Amino acid sequence: MTLVELMPFSVLVPLIAAPLCALLPGRILPWLLALASAIASTVIAALVLPQAIDGPLSYAFGNWPPPIGIEYRVDSANAFVALLVSGLAVLATLWGRKSVNEELDQPQGVFYSLFLLALAGLMGITLTGDAFNVFVFLEISSLSTYALIAHGPDRRALLASFRYLIMGTVGATFFLIGVGFLYIMTGTLNMADLAERLPEVADTRTVHVALAFIIVGMGLKLAMLPLHLWLPNAYTYAPNFISVFIAGTATKVALYVMIRMIYTVFGADYSYAVLPLTAVFLALALAGMFIGAWTAIFQANLKRMLAWSSISQVGYMLLGLALGTVAGLTATFLHLFNHALIKAALFMAVGTVAWRVGSVRIEAFRGLGRQMPWTMTAFALAGLSIIGIPTTAGFISKWYLILAAMDAGQPWLVALIVISSLMAVVYVWRVIEAAWFQSRPADAETVREAPLSLLVPLWLMVGLNFWFGLDTRLPVAGATAAAEALFGPTGVTP
Amino acid sequence: MSPLTVILIPFAGAIAIALAAGQPRLRDTLGWIAAIAFFIGVVQQIGPVLDGAGREQLLWTILPGLDLMLRVEPLGLIFALVASTLWLAATLYAQSYMKAMNYPHLGRFFACYALALGATAGVAFADNLITLFIFYEILTISTYPLVTHSGNADARRGGRIYLGYLLTSSIGLLLVAILWTYFATGTVQFTEGGILAGHVDETWLPLLAGLFFFGIGKAALMPMHRWLPAAMVAPAPVSALLHAVAVVKAGVFTVLKVAVYVFGIDLLAETGSGIWISWFAAFTIIAASLVALTLTDLKARLAYSTVAQLSYVVIGAMVATPLAIIGAVMHLAMHAVAKITLFFGAGAIQVAHNRKTIPELDGLGRVMPWTFGAFTVGTLSIIGLPLFGGMWSKWYLLLGALETHQLVLVAALLLSSLLNILYLLIIPIRAFFAPAAEGVPTEGIHEAPLPQLIAMTVCAAGCIALFFWPDPLFHLAGMLVQ
Amino acid sequence: MAALGHFNYWIVVILMMIGFYCVIARGNMVKKMIGLNIFQTSVFILFISAGKIIGGSTPILRKGVELYSNPLPHVLILTAIVVGVATTAVGLALAMRIKEAYGTIEDDLIHDDEPAAEDEGNR
Repeated sequence: MTLVELMPFSVLVPLIAAPLCALLPGRILPWLLALASAIASTVIAALVLPQAIDGPLSYAFGNWPPPIGIEYRVDSANAFVALLVSGLAVLATLWGRKSVNEELDQPQGVFYSLFLLALAGLMGITLTGDAFNVFVFLEISSLSTYALIAHGPDRRALLASFRYLIMGTVGATFFLIGVGFLYIMTGTLNMADLAERLPEVADTRTVHVALAFIIVGMGLKLAMLPLHLWLPNAYTYAPNFISVFIAGTATKVALYVMIRMIYTVFGADYSYAVLPLTAVFLALALAGMFIGAWTAIFQANLKRMLAWSSISQVGYMLLGLALGTVAGLTATFLHLFNHALIKAALFMAVGTVAWRVGSVRIEAFRGLGRQMPWTMTAFALAGLSIIGIPTTAGFISKWYLILAAMDAGQPWLVALIVISSLMAVVYVWRVIEAAWFQSRPADAETVREAPLSLLVPLWLMVGLNFWFGLDTRLPVAGATAAAEALFGPTGVTP
Repeated sequence: MSPLTVILIPFAGAIAIALAAGQPRLRDTLGWIAAIAFFIGVVQQIGPVLDGAGREQLLWTILPGLDLMLRVEPLGLIFALVASTLWLAATLYAQSYMKAMNYPHLGRFFACYALALGATAGVAFADNLITLFIFYEILTISTYPLVTHSGNADARRGGRIYLGYLLTSSIGLLLVAILWTYFATGTVQFTEGGILAGHVDETWLPLLAGLFFFGIGKAALMPMHRWLPAAMVAPAPVSALLHAVAVVKAGVFTVLKVAVYVFGIDLLAETGSGIWISWFAAFTIIAASLVALTLTDLKARLAYSTVAQLSYVVIGAMVATPLAIIGAVMHLAMHAVAKITLFFGAGAIQVAHNRKTIPELDGLGRVMPWTFGAFTVGTLSIIGLPLFGGMWSKWYLLLGALETHQLVLVAALLLSSLLNILYLLIIPIRAFFAPAAEGVPTEGIHEAPLPQLIAMTVCAAGCIALFFWPDPLFHLAGMLVQ
Repeated sequence: MAALGHFNYWIVVILMMIGFYCVIARGNMVKKMIGLNIFQTSVFILFISAGKIIGGSTPILRKGVELYSNPLPHVLILTAIVVGVATTAVGLALAMRIKEAYGTIEDDLIHDDEPAAEDEGNR
């Protein structure tokens, strides 16, 4: 089997494993199957990435050559995102077993089956080269995510899930409308083919509207301000394992689709000329960066704090996009990668505390620094990464973002980036202060450090934050290749 | 030994000490081995530097243009020498003190002590701003458990201020300044003659200088000084380490390093970008001295004295004439030796008589003549009288300030010496000559344990020795401004 | 009259607005789901309209027919309908669970967005 033939299996393995998983009894077997499928996905994605950097790989389903059939077309951009998504799924699953056991009493076959569907959906969105196929996979991952969020132990999880469902479906339908318009104008759904045919009809109002619909639809899914309302509750009330997973992947994949549409399908020159994307993204990015970080500072529920922090971090990614340069896009991809690592680590740390203490409110963290030193140290280190201290992954993406801002002749953005990073210092510091500088409430029970099965994946995640803060070859090469692939080798869109 | 090896010695020592936490003898022996090996390692660097070929080492490239890199140059060598020498004395002192005061968790304590020294060496040998910044932050974090060692509410409050000030200033200002420097010049490498000349517009230089020199919170330039008195809750050997060797010296060392290798003394002297900061420093000197006058807690008074003395170095760096730089570099060493003597003294008084405030010390000098003798030597050196090392550095600083006709600074330096007499020298004077305070025995000798006396005496002797033999120091400092 | 010639698109727009209005303005969760369905249906009609070729026959290959309608939108919409049904199913299931948990499915009557004490239950 050649690599190209192997490639679709990174989607198919979890997709096929999902129904099997639902049939498995008990707790450990479904988990094992989920883990094995995620690992298989990751291995395939890791094999594909080096090849994809050399040139795009294409696989036609059912041997129907594109643009008639559905094509998986993998270049460095989606290979990079695919590796991120599947790798994160592995680490999240490793961490998640104990946490899920705590939150879910019933047999877990269905739960992990939903998780596998979500993973398959996300991988499918990433790999496919067909615009309608994106919609289908988007809905597969979204529907399973709604169900997963509803598994949260608090009854408000149901509300959060329902509201996410309404907004998510509206977003996906908007995307579908956009794709419909494109189809009406060009008669094709294949992205590469769309890119070729669009220039002929580029100046019609239909295509303009299609672009707007697609951007708004994806903006909803990636929680771009002011379309972020679903995110805080969804992240807060989801089971911790799911918070870890979707915080690292779901918004990232939506962002990838948006980038893919803007750059590959419509072409950057066109998109930025037709819509005032620079101004819009810039305004929304800055609003997200500041409103997100500012709101995060005042949250008493730490999962909600991290959720708002995510909104702020999405702002950084949009900022890179707003610059509309290769450097800016590189920064966006780097932050997409690094933020996934950071946020997953932070959610794991908070989830580990929740597992032991049973609460994620800041009062529950008081004095924990002494009783759960490893967990809290991990949180603090991941916190350094989200602030962007040198030697952490967070620093690297901010460094590139600043480089890109300087490059684009917008030095004032640097000041804003720094100021919003300082706001991150504040919300991270609140937790550190509670953990180390306040004493444990007298009536609180003494807790022991979390078991290794939670600590090891958590520290692995934290370790990755530092690894990729020092050894930047993989993310930087991947992000650069991704950005260049999207811009085309000469910086001119294909 | 390569610079990396030297830095790794204390780090390895820290791990070994932590592992041997349960066995006091082994732990103490390991502490000594690390201190001695570190000292030897640093001394070995002297030869190559004098030959003009300090060793350099590329550790790792994070990103192109962003390396982790070490190089031994005269300024860093002086700092490392001061740190490694005083660490020997501090080891002797700390092992005795911590046991005498019955502190728990000594394994953690000595491991962090060693970590702090390793980070200090890293700061000393860093060859670019990023490397320096990383070790600077490691130093902050590794000293935090030392500050809060006693673990009570006071210690935690102090530790919070300590961490809060140092982290916020370094991330919010220093890191920004480093990024600015990189984007303006394309490099963060310490280069002789500076890297900023011609890259940053003259109107912006003062702002950049402000970001740098206030951002280096460890230099305790007002209003960034609050952490230093707050850190006084730490055990005495930590205060000695913080205020004489590791932390504050890392601060002023960074100030000097930035002034000499990033701005370049020519640029600073010509544009006067740092002058406004030197006024802040002058204000800091006077204000801190006045505050010190009002304090009765001995360690708090010493802390404010440190705040004042650090600003001497800042003034030297900002005036940036060759003489002023030499003075500043020498002051880094002179003040270290003198101040560690004073803190050793303060700790010894606590061990022997459990006294902390100054009025309680009246008449104690007759009971602890050795301790207060050393204390007096340290005080005189800080005042800057002849026969004591502190004279040289003040002399060159004054000359530098006179050269540039900064009469405000000259006045501040002179006034501060007078204030020194009032708030520092008064302590041993009253201890020797005032009527005994309540509970102080009138006859007999009741001194601190012998190891502490030895440590104190060695440091006091150092103050005097540096008056007669300042040449090596002068020579190394001179290499900076050639 | 030219505007009326595209009457199917007008219907799409009208349905879309009705559906969207329902989703936004209605507090009752079942009504929200109904609105969502109408909203999605309007998009289905949009696609199907695009596939219709005036004078074209059903896309089944047979003799004597030259002009076929485009079958692809039908296929796509078949998929989209399945997705829509699944969404409705999940949405209604959630509504049922919400009814069990809160005793109501009126959004306006559910007021526990941020009660601090209850977060303790959020493990």
